[in-house]
Amino acid sequence: MSEPVRSIHPEAEFARYLADGRFMLQRVVSTGETVFFPRVAQPGTGKDDLEWVEAAGTGTLYSFTVTRNKPPAADYVIALVDLAEGARMMSRIVNCDPATLWIGMPLRAHVGEVDGTPAVLFTPEKIQS
Amino acid sequence: MTGFARGRAAVVGAATYGMDSKPGFSAIELLAKASFAAIADAGLVPSQIDAVFSTLPEDPFSAMSVPEYLGIRPRLVENSRTGGSAFQIYAMWAALALDAGLCDAVLICYGSNQRSGAGGLVRSASIPFPYEAPYKPRNPTTSYALAAKRHMHQYGTTREHLAEVAVAARKWAQLNPDANMRDPLSIDDVLNARMVSDPLTVRDCCLVTDGAAAVVMTRADRARDLPNKPAFLLGAADATWHRNISTSADVTVTAASEAAPRAYAQAGIGPADIDVVELYDAFTINTILFLEDFGFCAKGEGGPFVADGAIAPGGRLPVNTNGGGLSCVHPGMYGLFTMVEAVTQLRGAAGDRQVEDARIALAHGNGGVLSSQAVTIWGTADTV
Repeated sequence: MSEPVRSIHPEAEFARYLADGRFMLQRVVSTGETVFFPRVAQPGTGKDDLEWVEAAGTGTLYSFTVTRNKPPAADYVIALVDLAEGARMMSRIVNCDPATLWIGMPLRAHVGEVDGTPAVLFTPEKIQS
Repeated sequence: MTGFARGRAAVVGAATYGMDSKPGFSAIELLAKASFAAIADAGLVPSQIDAVFSTLPEDPFSAMSVPEYLGIRPRLVENSRTGGSAFQIYAMWAALALDAGLCDAVLICYGSNQRSGAGGLVRSASIPFPYEAPYKPRNPTTSYALAAKRHMHQYGTTREHLAEVAVAARKWAQLNPDANMRDPLSIDDVLNARMVSDPLTVRDCCLVTDGAAAVVMTRADRARDLPNKPAFLLGAADATWHRNISTSADVTVTAASEAAPRAYAQAGIGPADIDVVELYDAFTINTILFLEDFGFCAKGEGGPFVADGAIAPGGRLPVNTNGGGLSCVHPGMYGLFTMVEAVTQLRGAAGDRQVEDARIALAHGNGGVLSSQAVTIWGTADTV
């Protein structure tokens, strides 16, 4: 296991990790709590002993909506995902039939792209091989 | 809760302008038309206004540009930019500032040409949130759809319940000659309309219109000497829990659940005392969430509460009697229009949509994506 990396410039560092294909979360060293979205200090406490840790990559679906588009533009699923670490984030559910999605279903994260921008995306856990 | 200037300030003038979206006006021109009309309605002249609390959608410096345009040199300005709830917050500060003697006559005003203005939907200058923007949410609709979907999951709320809200708003709009959408609308019409962002169809979403509104507030003693029946501010409170929907701890509960009890405590009333409710219905789910959060029903029971025409004309609770953001007007920020309608109802000047013997009205503003919530309670002279 590599040395913990302290979080100094949260927004830029998160984006850099993402560009390298890594989904990283902030953790408060003294308490082990997870912070997302990345900040210079833990919201509500101001604790700034934050380090980067690799996300477990698992979560559950909290809510979702199918954003409808005029063809040929494709519809897409925007979701709120509860991460295993306890944080919630917005994402997209990809490689799925929207009709098969259900709130509470397990999801798996990967780093992909949305229109050329690196982003954490999710797929339904069961279709992961 | 003590300390609020209960009943010590009132709206004495109110006006709207340009709700029918005639092309050719800039936002500040629409704002000025409504403002001068509200000042005249109050029986005052512009030189008697010494405080201007204003928002324009795209002008971060409207606190200066609005007084400049109107030819007023205010002693006091306010420009909280919480979106659609800003105007309730202005009313709260206006009452406190008037009561403290910081000023004598406050103009609260807003204008937008977002429908007729060049380039279609006018967007207020807000910084994209780096942890949502890459996913291309189509806000505000995406955020409200996420709340609606979760509410349906958690409480069994149905698309029919959402449609009831749109139909009730339309029935009120049909009684309001100034409303934009007055064609008949059925539950099936809403359900079968074009899906925008599941579970919301285009008929679950507010209108995109132009419009301006303005009100003038003075201290209560002066209000009684002016030509209109005053609407006294009995309580006002706001609360802010988040900016972006992904940071909301529970998208089925809003900060209105915290603001409303504080406003009730100031006013010395409860939900059962309210004769007419003007709430910020940018989407059909809003009405259900806010009726719950205001305490008209328990959390999760908003769907059944609005069923069977319960908030339509002739129902158990008059809600959004002008037709709301869904059918009357929605020029980007709708909050001031709920206050104008509350004042109109308390004056007894609402024509065919008048709620009989309306004495206490709730006027609510919602800003951002269920983010900032502000609740004002207004009453006639006998409630003070």
